[in-house]
Amino acid sequence: MTEYLFIVLSAIFINNFIVARFLGICPFLGVSKQVETATGMGMAVTFVMALASGITYWIQKVLVVLDIEFLRTITFILVIAVLVQFVEMVIKKSSPVLYQALGIYLPLITTNCAVLGVTIINVDENYNFLQSVVNGIGGALGFSLLLILFAGIRERLAFAPLPKAIEGIPIALITAGLISIAFLGFSGFDLAALLGL
Amino acid sequence: MEAGSLNIILHGVAVLLVLGAAFGLGLALASRKLAVESDPRIDEIEGLLPGANCGGCGYPGCRGLAEAIVAGTAPVTGCPVLKDHAPIAAVMGVESTTAERMVARVRCAGGLKEAAQRFIYIGVEDCAAAQTLGGGAKACTFGCLGLGSCVKACPFGAMTMSDNGLPVVDEAKCTGCGLCVKACPRQIITLWPVAKKVIVLCMNTEKGAAVRPVCKVGCIGCRLCSKNCPAEAILVENNLARIIPERCTNCEVCVEKCPMKTIKGADKQESAVG
Repeated sequence: MTEYLFIVLSAIFINNFIVARFLGICPFLGVSKQVETATGMGMAVTFVMALASGITYWIQKVLVVLDIEFLRTITFILVIAVLVQFVEMVIKKSSPVLYQALGIYLPLITTNCAVLGVTIINVDENYNFLQSVVNGIGGALGFSLLLILFAGIRERLAFAPLPKAIEGIPIALITAGLISIAFLGFSGFDLAALLGL
Repeated sequence: MEAGSLNIILHGVAVLLVLGAAFGLGLALASRKLAVESDPRIDEIEGLLPGANCGGCGYPGCRGLAEAIVAGTAPVTGCPVLKDHAPIAAVMGVESTTAERMVARVRCAGGLKEAAQRFIYIGVEDCAAAQTLGGGAKACTFGCLGLGSCVKACPFGAMTMSDNGLPVVDEAKCTGCGLCVKACPRQIITLWPVAKKVIVLCMNTEKGAAVRPVCKVGCIGCRLCSKNCPAEAILVENNLARIIPERCTNCEVCVEKCPMKTIKGADKQESAVG
């Protein structure tokens, strides 16, 4: 059990996809103007990353058996694209408002490198099925956490009396840098010792 | 070919085929199950729009405009590129209100030959940049700066720069999208009904004595045109003649009377020569 906790906590804080692995920066900057849409995006990415981790685990098994591991990237992208299409349909049906708010960033989850990243990391780390899914969920939670934190700050910044020159994207990038430095503090954590592994 | 590599090819094709078929089938079923009813008129109008996604209407692509038209937030004539809006009006069940076709006209005739320069401008090839540098090199502070910001702004390739340093509009290609109008820092370009051929090619509102030294073809505000216009279509305000296109009959009396040759029929404009 502590083993899974280890994977989740390190995926969220220590190896965070955005600030430590620098994956998924596009939606991080694109869909972080409102906490509500950021939450929706986080949920969509969590769903896609968890399912993608699970499905690609079995696909990787098949690829290894057939000795065609060089097709890993293309098959994984195929899985991710299909999942994103599916999520898009579900959101369009269940929440047209969220569908409007996410706009182009919803289909762009396909090209969100964090999703492909987590599936490849799962293979590289030799995770078993459950570990892969847990890593996918943990990574997505870390992504969502940062997205929502960042959106919360940006919502307040929108009303802050800023110099004209750094309004909008410049202050967003400065904020992102400061958050990244704050998360750097977690990299000194000896999580394994903390959990008694 | 050895059996091993053949196997790899076969396995690769088979795996992708099976995965693709399975996913495709799954998505097809899901899309039927999760289908969302959308207004069929959106698709219909999108089909009638040009599909160039130029953004001239101010909406994100033709689909965006189609949605706005159906939602009622955009007029049926919202597409500036389309020449005939009647089919869209028919889809929406309203009267066709096809607007008169407008083209861009450059209201300055003072090119390198006609207009004096105050200094030699060496800098960014952009009119707005030149404008900020002491008001540009041209002695006339109303005339065309001649650096072609409008030409660069035109997404339809309808504008070119003449040897005389004035932009030339190809009326056949011009769609009246208005991007050049926005690009000009001196508001020289205007959208003008294509059927109205006569136009005053000057924006200078200074008195005649101030216009003559800087430009050979500038309007001096002599009022000969407005006095002689049979349709009373010309106003002279602030020392500058202005034609009201709704009243103009293309009789070209003003073109003959103008002592500075500022007023011209479209066929004799530089834009037609270029």
